Amino acid sequence: MITLTINGLDVSVEKGTTVLEAAQFLGFPIPTLCHMEGLTPYGACRLCVVEIGEGPGAKLVSSCTYPAEPGLKVRTASLRVMRARKMILELLLASCPQSKEIQDLASKHEITQQRFRQEYSDCILCGRCVRMCEEQMMAKAIGFRGRGEKRSIGTPFDVPSEVCRQCGGCIYVCPACSLRCTYTQPEKAICGGCANLSPPCLQKDSFDDMMCYMDPCVACEIKKP
Amino acid sequence: MDDRTVETIVAEHHGSLGGMLSILTAIQSEYGYLPEDALRRMAAATGESLTDIYAVVTFYKAFSLKPRGKHLVSVCLGTACHVRGAPKIAEEFIGQLGIASGETTPDKEFTLETVNCLGACALGPIVVVDGRYYSNVRKNQVAEILKRTREGLDQPRENRRFPLSVRCPHCRQSLMDAAHPIDNVPSIRLTMSWDGDSQPLYLSSLHGSLRSVCERETPAHSITVLACPMCGQDLVGDSRCSECGADMARMTIDKGATLMVCTRRGCAGRRLNLETTPAEAD
Repeated sequence: MITLTINGLDVSVEKGTTVLEAAQFLGFPIPTLCHMEGLTPYGACRLCVVEIGEGPGAKLVSSCTYPAEPGLKVRTASLRVMRARKMILELLLASCPQSKEIQDLASKHEITQQRFRQEYSDCILCGRCVRMCEEQMMAKAIGFRGRGEKRSIGTPFDVPSEVCRQCGGCIYVCPACSLRCTYTQPEKAICGGCANLSPPCLQKDSFDDMMCYMDPCVACEIKKP
Repeated sequence: MDDRTVETIVAEHHGSLGGMLSILTAIQSEYGYLPEDALRRMAAATGESLTDIYAVVTFYKAFSLKPRGKHLVSVCLGTACHVRGAPKIAEEFIGQLGIASGETTPDKEFTLETVNCLGACALGPIVVVDGRYYSNVRKNQVAEILKRTREGLDQPRENRRFPLSVRCPHCRQSLMDAAHPIDNVPSIRLTMSWDGDSQPLYLSSLHGSLRSVCERETPAHSITVLACPMCGQDLVGDSRCSECGADMARMTIDKGATLMVCTRRGCAGRRLNLETTPAEAD
């Protein structure tokens, strides 16, 4: 067991626990975006930033990837952390303002406007879909491509991947386009973009072993004789 | 496309993914670029997912998914080259080749690319064509660089041409022969011996020209003995050819300068030594 201090409270956690998990165990709220239970920590969005150490040696780290260390002093909501977090949210808002998830986070942090050049990209490169595809769907059909400002997510050569089972898991976990993939709660869907997509499981027959992210599955229930 | 090549390359790298970059480099040097088909076969042969391979390929600028031209022109746009006017050089290349950066000319001759630093900032603006570095490039040199590349890099690089007048270092008699002009200037007459056979050899006295005339051609790359036709002494000097390592024949020019000519037939090794040594000075 490892004992560390989070916001002045001592907590003992098992070896291998991340600072984020320890803080959540104590009930301290840390906003996350690229983090998702069941997927490996990635540290892409930096929203879960916390301050570790004391005095001039204190530094900001992403809590989702930082392992708990004995005697570690963590502050989850110091002035420095809040300023950094707000800046990150503003930048996210600048790149992807239409995302409901980012909007919710921004309003929670009382951000009503941002001061950067407005873009309307549909991806924040959080890598949730990439990890979902690889780790939960065992497909590895999509991945990161290119680098720098040309970085994007997609299939190799932009052609439909042979290993893709069209399970829809990537759309389901996407924080930027979550509006158009509320299969399980169709009454909440606003944009209707998914109306053109047939539920993936309807094509179940074409795949030997189709795993599905939806449980219980609406489409399968409908299809049952 | 040879169906075995990719599999052979993978096998050479022991089929492990630790060598993904070396496998990709090998495939690229095989085809000149990375064809989609080759990458798919590589994925199958290594057992790695195509997504991962594609991520690596698109990450590194050294890899190209599009066919490249015969000659690769890299214009440096790093900070030092940039302030020395590299953007104008790049514009000139774009204008003369009629393609944008990253593209290949329709005749598949040239691929133009801009790079961010070549690490030779003091030589900027710098342009690399087929691994040959051109430093302090000015706009009016662009056409010359492209022309030279088109003609082939094996051509002699010396473009100053001037006639020389040489003498035998032993008997100090002139070796010039106005009766056998080559390149419209008097030639240098020597006696060439090879395999017990001696004959006159006429070399062009034009510096930069490699033309020579003899009656009976010796086999290519045979090492001959070059002697003075007047005194008959071997002209062999104490230096060796930088191109092939054979002995070089030495002839004297005025004021003690020397002309060295490789004794190997067909070798382009020639050196003009303009340093004056007291022993040879008149």
